[in-house]
Amino acid sequence: MKKRVLLVEDEPNIIEAITFLLSREGWHVDTQTDGATAVKRVRELQPDLLMLDHMLPGKSGLDILIELRSDDQFLALPILMLTARGQMRDRAEAEAAGVSRFMTKPFSNTEVLAAVRDLTRN
Amino acid sequence: MASINLLIAVCLTYVAFLFLVAFAAERAAARGRGNWLRSPLVYTLSLSIYCTAWTFYGAVGYAARSGMEFITIYLGPSLVMIGWWWFLRKLVRVGRTQRVTSVADLISSRYGKSNVLAIVVTIMAVIGVTPYIALQLQSVTLSLSIFSDPTGTTDGGINLVSAGFWVALGLALFTVLFGTRNLNVNERHNGIVIAIAVEAVVKLVALLAVGIFVVWGVAGGISEMMVRIDNSDIGQWQVDGSRWTALTVLSGAAFLCLPRMFQVLVVENDDERHLHIASWAFPIYLMMMSLFVVPIAVVGLDLLPENSNPDLFVLTVPLSQGQGGLAILSFLGGFSSATSMVIVATLALSTMVSNHVVMPIWLSFQGQGATVSGDVRNVVIFARRVSILVIIALGYLYYRVSGGSGALAAIGLISFIGVAQFLPAMIGGIFWRGATRVGALTGLLVGFAIWIYTSLLPSFGADVVLSSTLLEQGPFGIEWLRPQALFGIKGIDPTVHAVLWSLLLNTSGFIFGSLVSFPKPLERLQGAQFVNVFANSGHAYGWSGSAAQSEDLMVMAQRILGGAEAQKLFRREAQIQGHDRYLPEPTPDFLQRVEREMSASVGAATAHAMISQLVGGASVSVQDLMAVADESAQMLEYSNQLEAKSSELLDAARQLRDVNAKLTQISVQKDAFLSQISHELRTPMTSIRSFSEILRDGHELKASEQTKYASIIHVEAIRLTRLLDDLLDLSVLENGQVSLNTETGSLADVIGHAVTTTQAGAIKQIKIDVSGLDTSIELDTDLDRLAQVFINLISNAQKYCKSSEPKLLIKATKTDNEVCIFLTDNGLPIPVETHALIFEKFSRINDQDGSGAGLGLTICREIMIRLGGEIDYVPASTGNRFVLRLPA
Repeated sequence: MKKRVLLVEDEPNIIEAITFLLSREGWHVDTQTDGATAVKRVRELQPDLLMLDHMLPGKSGLDILIELRSDDQFLALPILMLTARGQMRDRAEAEAAGVSRFMTKPFSNTEVLAAVRDLTRN
Repeated sequence: MASINLLIAVCLTYVAFLFLVAFAAERAAARGRGNWLRSPLVYTLSLSIYCTAWTFYGAVGYAARSGMEFITIYLGPSLVMIGWWWFLRKLVRVGRTQRVTSVADLISSRYGKSNVLAIVVTIMAVIGVTPYIALQLQSVTLSLSIFSDPTGTTDGGINLVSAGFWVALGLALFTVLFGTRNLNVNERHNGIVIAIAVEAVVKLVALLAVGIFVVWGVAGGISEMMVRIDNSDIGQWQVDGSRWTALTVLSGAAFLCLPRMFQVLVVENDDERHLHIASWAFPIYLMMMSLFVVPIAVVGLDLLPENSNPDLFVLTVPLSQGQGGLAILSFLGGFSSATSMVIVATLALSTMVSNHVVMPIWLSFQGQGATVSGDVRNVVIFARRVSILVIIALGYLYYRVSGGSGALAAIGLISFIGVAQFLPAMIGGIFWRGATRVGALTGLLVGFAIWIYTSLLPSFGADVVLSSTLLEQGPFGIEWLRPQALFGIKGIDPTVHAVLWSLLLNTSGFIFGSLVSFPKPLERLQGAQFVNVFANSGHAYGWSGSAAQSEDLMVMAQRILGGAEAQKLFRREAQIQGHDRYLPEPTPDFLQRVEREMSASVGAATAHAMISQLVGGASVSVQDLMAVADESAQMLEYSNQLEAKSSELLDAARQLRDVNAKLTQISVQKDAFLSQISHELRTPMTSIRSFSEILRDGHELKASEQTKYASIIHVEAIRLTRLLDDLLDLSVLENGQVSLNTETGSLADVIGHAVTTTQAGAIKQIKIDVSGLDTSIELDTDLDRLAQVFINLISNAQKYCKSSEPKLLIKATKTDNEVCIFLTDNGLPIPVETHALIFEKFSRINDQDGSGAGLGLTICREIMIRLGGEIDYVPASTGNRFVLRLPA
């Protein structure tokens, strides 16, 4: 059975790039562009990995992260955050909220794949 | 004929009797049984020192020379007494509450406790009163001489010079004995007051006796007397209106200003209610004194030889009729008049001299007034005794030098004019808060100088002090400066002339000086105290909480007030303050009380200076200043200013708050801007990097995939470029470095171009309605920049109009000087609170998908400003509307 990743991202070209990369690694990629319904989508899909953009329409990536981590069910869910906002504060906030990995756009494909592998080793 | 020896014996007996009376009064007062000494009757009788030998003898002489005019001398004081509630009551109240010791003290105290003023007034008083004292000595010796030469035609056989000397010495002794027993004027001079009350009775009885003798004994009844008066010259005298007015005013003024009158009226006043009774009793006394003046004068002129001295008719008429006893009584009346005046006058003057001249000088020599060794009391008493001797000696000297020249009334009038110069400063002082020290000083000096020039110096006669040439032609031949015809006003009576000019220029100087000068705080304070004496009776300014040590204060107070008195005062105050200790706290109230007690002994200025030395430095506290500031107008102005200030402050605070809020908002926007710009740049770069890596790493890509990914890279690169272009564009526009390429073109063409550009390749289409556009509108502007505005607005509408059928309506109208373009969409209106931010950078009000950089509207606004127009956002009923205005 394929591992499932949920990609929450509103930029179509970035969705396309990540989907391309992870599919080739054997992932089943689900995508979600709206922040407001992202948590609900996680509950439905129960993915093995969550990739989360920071700046999303409806609800910010940070808020989604906080909401998920407040639920015991998602304490262990690997969450990889990708942000285009170059602010140190965002990283600090995300780490405090329990992000598994925080990466800044633009990213290197190799690094993203290494991070995904690292987070889902077990 | 009464012999000289008998006369002298009677005189000595009378004087011994006066000593006895005075002594008995002092003892009674000391034992606390002296209430009767302070009855309204005694007060009224003590006022009779107004009637000096000048009045006693001189009034008859005056009547014999000038007819009824002598009445004016009684009329002035009577009017003052009858109108007591207007001025006198206030004067007495001020004198009592401020513990004023003399005229000089009153004026100095009122004008900021100025020592200069006190000294000036003292000197003026001494100069003004000395001739008057001489006059009394002269009258006594003259009257003595009559008994050796009843016709009064010569100075007589006895040694008048030595008689004058002994009289002067006796008076000095009496005054020293009874005038300087108690230092604190508060305790008052019971002995002296009762003695002059007795003398008042004696002189009234004597004059009435002579009058009754003349009317019934000589003339033979009232009707015969009236016939005689009608036949005499006195009935024929012309009444000179100006002279009458001037003399009435003058005598009224002198009644208030003469140091001796001030002494009995104000200083010796024990109870304000006495004034009430004296207000009618004293005019009656004066009326009785004047009752027989005319009959005596008429009979004297009839009976006595042509060259008899009319000033002595009171004596010579009984003598000529062989009435030796009556003559002696009459002599005693004259003697009483003279002595009572000299005693009180010297007493009052000596108080002034010791308090305002000797003490300040002594204190300044001692340096530290409060810490000198020795008892200040002794110094004050000694100074006062020496002053008494010196003043009487001066009077005696003047008498010797002037040689008894001039009629009694003339000398008296000159003295009156001199002291009347105090009046403007006095009246102004207690009725006008604007009166200042400078004004008072100016008025006094001007008035006094004019008095000396127009009245005193000419009185010595031509060629004594002033040469006759100067009198007739003026100094240096300047006619309008002639002493008795100033400013070319000729032909008026010299007395009227002197009164008119001295008081007129005095008052003018006083008012002018007060108006142009600014009073010091203490002056303002005292001014308020004096003028509002009925409102805040008893409260002088307060001493501020001070560094004064009670011990020092005690040491000083003991020296001034005497040990027992000071200890009593301090003990009482300590009890009031509620502690057992002997020494009270030096509270402002207490300091004030001590100063007031002391000022009764050494005068306000000196007492103030002494306390100042103790308290150190600041003599006026904030509290004092607040008392000054109670002037309602000033307070009002002040509070208005405060109000204005506080509203200014509020205004400034509000502006600051606004600015701060805006700054905070801008700071937030800046942070948002940085995040935004980062996001805007990084997002396309992410795609570019990721896909370029995919292409580079040569995953086995289909050709279609390769093409697709390459085109994504291309689009994102363009997006990146456009963003950078926008930023640069805005930066150029904001710095005003933009160069406009002005062309003439059709508005419809510009809009058409914008529509085509935006609709081509747009993801979301919007229906654009340009049917309302007037195609004839031509514009003379930078058409490319204008098109950029439309492109931005149209693409915004495309992106953000969330209607199911997005529509944009573009209209334009043209007036004489303006082209208005309306772009209205049917989307959701933006929230009201964000209207103000809509044109700010990166505001991205309605940007939900994050695709815009938030620079478009900012660029639009900047362009419109450069084009000389403007852009506004107007929420429309169905959506959002932008209004563009351009000059036609």
